[in-house]
Amino acid sequence: MVWRIALFVSVLLLASCGDGNWNNPYPSADRLDNTFYSSFAKRPKHLDPARSYSSNEYQFIANIYTPPLQYHYLKRPYTLIPLAASGMPVVKYLDDAGKTLASDVDVKQIAFSEYTIKIRQGIQYQPHPAFAKDEAGNYRYHDLTDKQLEDVYTLADFEQTDSRELTADDYVYQIKRLAHPDLQSPILGIMSDYIVGLPELAKQLDAAYKKAKQASGTKKGIYLDLRGFDLAGVKAVDRYTYTIKIKGKYPQLIYWLNLPFFSPMPYEAIAFYAQAGLVEKNISLDWYPVGTGPYMLTVNNPNLQMVMERNPNYMDEYYPTEGEQGDAEAGLLVDAGKKIPFIDKINFSLEREGIPVWNKFLQGYYDASGISSDSFDQAINITTQGDAALTESMQEKGISLLTAVQTSSFYTGFNMKDPQLGGYSESARKLRRAIAIAVDYEEFISIFNNGRGVAAQGPLPPGLYGYRDGEQGINPYVYNWKNGRPQRKSLDEAKQLLKEAGYPNGLNPETGDKLVVNLDTADTGPDAKSRLDWWRKQFDKLNIELNIRSTDYNRFQDKMSNGSAQIFQWGWNADYPDPENFMFLLYGPNAKVGKNGENAANYDNPEFNKLFDVMKNMDNGPERLALIDKMVEVARQDSPWLWGFHPKAFSLQHSWYKNVKPNLMANNTLKYKRLDAALRAEKRQAWNKPVTWPLYTALLVFIIVVLPGVISYRRKEHGKGGKR
Amino acid sequence: MNIVETGLSWWQVKPDVLWTDWLIYALLIVVAVFINHARQHEHLRAPWRLILRRRLAMSSCIILLAFATVGLLDSVHFRQAVEQRSDGTIRYGNESISLFDQIVLPLKKYTEKTYSAPFAVQLYSKENIEMDDGSMRRDYPRLKYGGAHLADKPSARYEDIKSRVITALWKAGVLIVAITIILALWRGAKRSQGLACSLRSMWLGHGDIPWKTIIATLAFIIILISLSLHLATVYHIFGTDKVGQDVFYLTLKSIRTGLVIGTLTTLVMLPFAIMLGIMAGYYRGWIDDVIQYIYTTLSSIPSVLLIVAAVLMIQVIIDNNPDVFSTLQQRADVKLLALCFILGITSWTGLCRLLRGESLKLREADYIQAAQSFGVSNLKIITRHILPNVMHIVLILVVIDFSGLVLAEAVLSYVGVGVDPSMISWGNMINGARLEMAREPIVWWSLMAAFVFMLMLVLTANLFADAVRDAFDPRLRNS
Amino acid sequence: MLTYILRRLMYAIPILIGVNLITFSLFFIVNTPDNIARMQLGVKNVTPAAIEKWKANHGYDKPLLFNKNNDGMAAFTDTIFYTKSVKLFVFDFGSSDEGRDISHDIQQRMWPSLAIAIPSLLVGLLVNITLAMLLAFFRGTYIDITGVIAGIFLISISALFYIIGGQYIMSKLWHLVPISGYSEGFSGFKFLILPVAIAIVGGVGSGTRWYRTIFLEEINKDYVRTARAKGLSEIGVLFRHVLKNAMIPILTGVVVIIPLLFMGSLLTESFFGIPGLGSYTIDAIHAQDFAIVRAMVFLGSVLYIIGLILTDISYTLVDPRIRLS
Repeated sequence: MVWRIALFVSVLLLASCGDGNWNNPYPSADRLDNTFYSSFAKRPKHLDPARSYSSNEYQFIANIYTPPLQYHYLKRPYTLIPLAASGMPVVKYLDDAGKTLASDVDVKQIAFSEYTIKIRQGIQYQPHPAFAKDEAGNYRYHDLTDKQLEDVYTLADFEQTDSRELTADDYVYQIKRLAHPDLQSPILGIMSDYIVGLPELAKQLDAAYKKAKQASGTKKGIYLDLRGFDLAGVKAVDRYTYTIKIKGKYPQLIYWLNLPFFSPMPYEAIAFYAQAGLVEKNISLDWYPVGTGPYMLTVNNPNLQMVMERNPNYMDEYYPTEGEQGDAEAGLLVDAGKKIPFIDKINFSLEREGIPVWNKFLQGYYDASGISSDSFDQAINITTQGDAALTESMQEKGISLLTAVQTSSFYTGFNMKDPQLGGYSESARKLRRAIAIAVDYEEFISIFNNGRGVAAQGPLPPGLYGYRDGEQGINPYVYNWKNGRPQRKSLDEAKQLLKEAGYPNGLNPETGDKLVVNLDTADTGPDAKSRLDWWRKQFDKLNIELNIRSTDYNRFQDKMSNGSAQIFQWGWNADYPDPENFMFLLYGPNAKVGKNGENAANYDNPEFNKLFDVMKNMDNGPERLALIDKMVEVARQDSPWLWGFHPKAFSLQHSWYKNVKPNLMANNTLKYKRLDAALRAEKRQAWNKPVTWPLYTALLVFIIVVLPGVISYRRKEHGKGGKR
Repeated sequence: MNIVETGLSWWQVKPDVLWTDWLIYALLIVVAVFINHARQHEHLRAPWRLILRRRLAMSSCIILLAFATVGLLDSVHFRQAVEQRSDGTIRYGNESISLFDQIVLPLKKYTEKTYSAPFAVQLYSKENIEMDDGSMRRDYPRLKYGGAHLADKPSARYEDIKSRVITALWKAGVLIVAITIILALWRGAKRSQGLACSLRSMWLGHGDIPWKTIIATLAFIIILISLSLHLATVYHIFGTDKVGQDVFYLTLKSIRTGLVIGTLTTLVMLPFAIMLGIMAGYYRGWIDDVIQYIYTTLSSIPSVLLIVAAVLMIQVIIDNNPDVFSTLQQRADVKLLALCFILGITSWTGLCRLLRGESLKLREADYIQAAQSFGVSNLKIITRHILPNVMHIVLILVVIDFSGLVLAEAVLSYVGVGVDPSMISWGNMINGARLEMAREPIVWWSLMAAFVFMLMLVLTANLFADAVRDAFDPRLRNS
Repeated sequence: MLTYILRRLMYAIPILIGVNLITFSLFFIVNTPDNIARMQLGVKNVTPAAIEKWKANHGYDKPLLFNKNNDGMAAFTDTIFYTKSVKLFVFDFGSSDEGRDISHDIQQRMWPSLAIAIPSLLVGLLVNITLAMLLAFFRGTYIDITGVIAGIFLISISALFYIIGGQYIMSKLWHLVPISGYSEGFSGFKFLILPVAIAIVGGVGSGTRWYRTIFLEEINKDYVRTARAKGLSEIGVLFRHVLKNAMIPILTGVVVIIPLLFMGSLLTESFFGIPGLGSYTIDAIHAQDFAIVRAMVFLGSVLYIIGLILTDISYTLVDPRIRLS
């Protein structure tokens, strides 16, 4: 036993004598590398830009692919600038006959809009085996034999790689892929409404796919060469120019052009990945992206880690030279005009639990961290002005804090089709408003988000066009303006409203029973119980009984789409910084029930719908602002949601991590960041000195416990021997 | 819980029996019948006497009884009268509360805003407090209930706690002495000894029953109760959780959940396990084959996965029949019961296999061979001869399984397929505490409270099970 | 011997069919193919047409058990049950609902699970047997009693506490080992120390107790008394006779769990971020990817049955008196 512990200790010492820190989760040889360390909680489902539509996937592929446009890193409000494009797209309005119209023409006359996008010349793809050619000039790996495949387990097992220049055809090819039946692109539905010819292409591809499937008899490895299909609305004009023709006027299109859906896709890659042998080995585009971006995915083991390395072929891109006011003072322009990216390698490790992430951040093994609500107190002091500031222990470590209100809403909706809570009668409105006053979102934010959020006054989050600040922005049905800030109306007012709605003191006058309402939620995390208790308390203020039906997310979706929910909780994250993206959540024809849209409350107010139809296609300006104000007022009056809150993102970073500015719209910001690896190594060393006395103490205690036993045994044996 | 002052008395209640309550009552009856039966048969009484002579077992038994009392009190549910309608009928509240809730009402009602440490008078984190003049100050807000009696002098807290502890100990001491004397008198009356003589022999440990241990354990429990009576009513002795609920209350409420899982699971599986196990061993042939097939199949499915699938299925059934289970409490209760059934299904196979082996051996015994040749019916042989002879195996397994099931609840809640998230249980407390461990300063009390109480229950149950096994398993008793 | 093993293997087939039927019906009651499709398609813009398409692509558009549109055998083979469950028998796990090849994933994730499980088993066995021998040697003394009670104490603590406490103290307070993570090769050693240590401490209570019982049973046998009477020292008795004979129940008890080591530990793996089969299963449960869960259930059952057969065989190997019949 003793020797085993001794061995244990010595092995421990041996294993870690290389560097001073025993708890370093990375190889000690890497400690001075220019590598950024981060974590991911859930393995990404799709890395194919035609399929991927969630932020945890975008943190990878936004750095790998280059759509035509991107958001300016520093400027606010968010501004689109060219990325792979050589300039901003040029839009031309056409009438039915295809005649060009003036740019200020009435919306109703516009039959089509045509966007012309020019891309930069000389952009090269990342090195990839799909481009590799043999001596004869044929693609080396496009007709793989079983023998060639024998030793292939990952993409890195292909010896030869090559690259080629990016062309406009690649962009056209990717837009065609949105209609591919096998990919089920999440934006096919919405894009079919706009891009000319996309629905027709989807039908053609469907038919061709079925035929190919029947002919081959297998499911795997069916390859449709999309170059042979025509998409009427999207054409490559020359090697570096392509056009997108859409129905009517849709100014929001350019926001879509910064999303990976509109990245270039080389047909070589598709042909390469379509080979049955690779499909069988899980080597697919969904797993190994091929892009022109600053980084390329080199290790893809989502069970453990994902590693991105600098793309050696990346085009010349430079750090922005101008920013918002104050950016220069914050040191964000130190690197202005330098070639990006700065960081060589990005290492994402899988972390299922939040605690290890936070602790490893404190130990210096992650360079940046969001703050989970529970470690908030350690990091943040809220000053007397209500601003967040770092605690002393954080400041000592040189950690800095950044905050930004997110362009998202967590709201609680009423099902407007519900006979009890829904409807547009005065009494139903009053009932909903009474609840809106009673549910104290300020308290919710302070308990469950540590004050990281702002209670919403309407459907629009701050940072979007049409959001109003200050007194004129408050929701007059729930708040009063007092002492220079919004103050929730008193509970008495809520009770009065409840009485007027026909439920004096929360009782149904006919039966004399308490009013019972149902809340549907998919909230089942470890914190769910306390949150749900809190919700019950809120309704209890009005003497309404809240019956919580928590289910898994699937069942919740079911309930939402068949309209059997009464009150529900949901959230929405802006796709692009335009008010249309939030207002359409309340647009009648976009209802969840029957129409399968995103309007989960099934709110359908003709006035609101009419205003929306006009507002959505307008360019920003006073006229649009007036319409938005009107729409917000209509919605507030009907109160189909408790507007909920807009979360505030807090992020912490260590002193060695530079050029950090929260940008809630852009996902490709890693290329701007810079690291001071030497400083990091030094701090890690200092913060993680192993505490060894417990080991020695344990050894000592063990000896003290065992020794008497051994002695007594000796004596016993000896005694026995003596007797004999 | 809104208690409207309407001049109605607390006893004007409507019983509201949950499904698990019914089963607990059934279990009580079974236990009562069993005890009565055991009292009348010397060969059954003997092992029990053996158990009660062991000091550790005796004190475990008393602590377990204390736990059981809490659990039972918490299993009597009713709805309180809220108001009297003009036509004389009484309207009852929608929430059913238990007798235990009624007893510890202050604990249930005194909820703070969020975390506060044990015995604290302030919240655990600073908040913006609005002063009278409208300005804001950032400080630790005073608790609404914790230490409220101290009014403006929270600094008097230590003095207050000290004096309360002394009072509590003093009162407990008196009670303990009284109980000791009563016990001594009772013991003395049985043996016609005087009080002094009886006390003396109790102290010296004469006789079989370990009186000293009994009194020490009782004293331990009484002191704990007395301390909590004096302290828990004015402080949150285990602090409060994220939404300000008293952790002491949550811990006590968790006892019922733990006990229900530990006992009802075995109760629901026992009939199947016993019947099938004995049938397989007794009849042999194809019956044996079928039963063996069933239990091998069931036990070869990884149990966690089977539980996950079954729990999700129950969830679907509940979701599809919202009318049958109208309140959250009922739904949580049905889920708890379902969890018991599912755990029962996965855990009966071991018992079944043992019983089959034992019956196989027994059926070859002379007296059963003789009974068979006399033409005694199979049913009679099974009930009269085999069943009583395998009961000790059943008993041993039941007590051993108990603690394992209590522990399993916590793990299942972590995986997300345990009891309903709205149900108070140790598993849910631990699950929530995972996040609290990362807070700084660390919120340790929820985890610690769940740990201590769970450990106490499981440890006593294990010690008791150990004694039961020694007493009933003759093979081991000899060693 | 060979015919015996073959017969046992034949016996396993109906059991596996039963397992398959149970899991199949459980999971398809829980989740209709529509639900699976919606789960996989994500949050935004999911249309009924997309769901139908997804089902068709993943083979969930067939009838559950019987296809009346087809004749003959096809009526049974062109069903979800046939394509999704029966194929498991030839260890063709198919692809997950996400579209990944399950066999490939299992082969990859098996190793981290084993990296934790094998050291835990071996070192645990060593520690448990050593402690149990100590207790048996000091039987009846205060050491024995304290040891037994300490064992019961250790059993009474939930595994969750060991993990939470271990991580907090060893990693956060004392910086002795990384909090979580995994890497292959020798450098992965530092990640394994804590999970293995926790597994050993968590199992030492029940293990020691169990082995102590076995040793005590053996110590009271006549041949031991004879040996002792012949003047063999107590240590000699323990090692030469008791341990040797107790190896039979110990070995057979170990053999039965060896195949299940592959399945990994659900709790440890997800707390420590180890990419083994245990966390694979948990992830699949959370993501409701039932293709994976079905495959894991099947794999678990197969391994369990292999364990049973191995036990029977090992009985006969160590104790020739037991004849295979």
